[in-house]
Amino acid sequence: MKFKLSALAAALIASGTAMAAEPTNQELLELIEKQEAQIKELKTAVKKSQKQVEQTVEAVESNMASSGSKTTIGGYGEVHYNNIEGAEEIDFHRFVLFAGYEFSDKIRFFSELEVEHSIAGDGKNGEVELEQAYIEMDLSNDTKLKSGLFLIPVGILNETHEPNTFYGVERNPVEKNIIPATWWEAGATINTQFSEGFSADFAIHSGLNTPLDGDKAFNIRSGRQKVSEAAAENFAYTARVKYTAVPGLELAATIQHQTDITQGELDASANLIEAHAVYNSGSFGLRALYASWDIDGDEAAAFGRDKQSGYYIEPSYKINENFGVFARFAAWDNTEGDALDSEKEQTNIGLNYWPHENVVFKFDLENRGGTQDGDGFNVGVGYQF
Amino acid sequence: MKLAKFFFIGVLVICAVNVQAKTYLTKKDFLAMAFSQDNTSTSESGETIEPEKKTLWLDDELQSRIRAIIDHNYPKLRLKYWQKNNQTVWFLDKIGKERPISFGISIQNNKVDLIRVLAFRESRGGEIRMQSFTEQFNNISIDENNKLDQSIDGITGATMSVNAMKKITRMALMLDKLVNQ
Repeated sequence: MKFKLSALAAALIASGTAMAAEPTNQELLELIEKQEAQIKELKTAVKKSQKQVEQTVEAVESNMASSGSKTTIGGYGEVHYNNIEGAEEIDFHRFVLFAGYEFSDKIRFFSELEVEHSIAGDGKNGEVELEQAYIEMDLSNDTKLKSGLFLIPVGILNETHEPNTFYGVERNPVEKNIIPATWWEAGATINTQFSEGFSADFAIHSGLNTPLDGDKAFNIRSGRQKVSEAAAENFAYTARVKYTAVPGLELAATIQHQTDITQGELDASANLIEAHAVYNSGSFGLRALYASWDIDGDEAAAFGRDKQSGYYIEPSYKINENFGVFARFAAWDNTEGDALDSEKEQTNIGLNYWPHENVVFKFDLENRGGTQDGDGFNVGVGYQF
Repeated sequence: MKLAKFFFIGVLVICAVNVQAKTYLTKKDFLAMAFSQDNTSTSESGETIEPEKKTLWLDDELQSRIRAIIDHNYPKLRLKYWQKNNQTVWFLDKIGKERPISFGISIQNNKVDLIRVLAFRESRGGEIRMQSFTEQFNNISIDENNKLDQSIDGITGATMSVNAMKKITRMALMLDKLVNQ
């Protein structure tokens, strides 16, 4: 038994001596190399994993980004209730859809299709109108080109007329009857920014074709051909300069030359001059505009339509983010060239309520004067998206 | 007059041959501008402190706070931003009317110290990139309701672009507060 115990102790001692032996340098080197390889493998795996996570995140983000789509949809609309001298009318005045497509960072398409007065067709009050459809190209950071069917660069409302951007249920009568907004033509236009806050537009486009007789003879608004198989014998040229270097201030002037507003029937060239100022500072706002037509030829003069002009002034005050009040006085005359005092006047006082920046409820009192009469009020709701 | 018509159309065609993108400033240039304005670029030990690129994940709670400002979730899972001391720099996009406008925003001590339009893709409203307009945002901050503490005079015909810039500024200021808490 003693012998067995001694033999076991000797074996354990021998074993312990062997286990406690220092590893050789070669063994350590091999161990380190082995661990280095493992670390390298792990690093590669982590890097690969991070890359995969990044790619996954980017793939998810590209799908969730609303800006990822090249096609854009928007629109605006407005419903009006008019009660002037007891004549009541309610009308879905405009329902507009925008559609755009971005071909590349520098070339894009934009369109605006409108249904006016809800129903269009034979014997109906409304119209379906293509108001904008053009290709826009950035020629440089400061210059862009539009070609197709576009809004004429004139006035305050012609290019920006979404209902939440202006006061009053109806658009002001001067820009409607004199300019005449909304006014679109086909052709090409270049917009360039000369220096910060100073830009210019130059456009060549289809011209007006006014009636030659009747109540609407040489009436500018009635001369819009709306680019519908329009006579194009005589084009028109529009130039605008705009100054916006001071925040809240816009000063702009447009001149336009129509080579013949009868498209060859007579020789009636015409010139439009328009100038406006917009100033917003804090809660206070002011808009003022003047526009005037000068039409050549005895025929226009015979109707007193050789001169047509108008102006308006509109101060406003925004009580807070949601409420604003305004007053507007407008005067215009589409037969200024005759010997009679035919000026029309209109005063509106009212308020806008924006429950959201893109939704507006409007109310205004209206008083008509000059060669038109009538008092009443207008109520409207509008939106854009 | 017909000659003038053809001449003008000819000019347009020639101009159209070489169209260029409307990018005003790169992110790299904006970072250089933003951090060159900083006077506290060294640590107490005198070492130069470089801006650190960080990531902020937009979880449901944060997206909810963003939604309250810009009316929709921000279409990203996370945002990369740069931070040095009390300054953060953000690159954010916001659609004005149809296409995204890219902004660079630098915030120092919870106030805007630099904002620029890096790229503008909308048809109208490009005036928001004017320095006279962007300077109105200098030193602007937000109140407890994440509203701007100063009024901004708008630009006629650029309402939606102006609104986009105001909202993205509020969002950047809110995010700056969050990462500095």
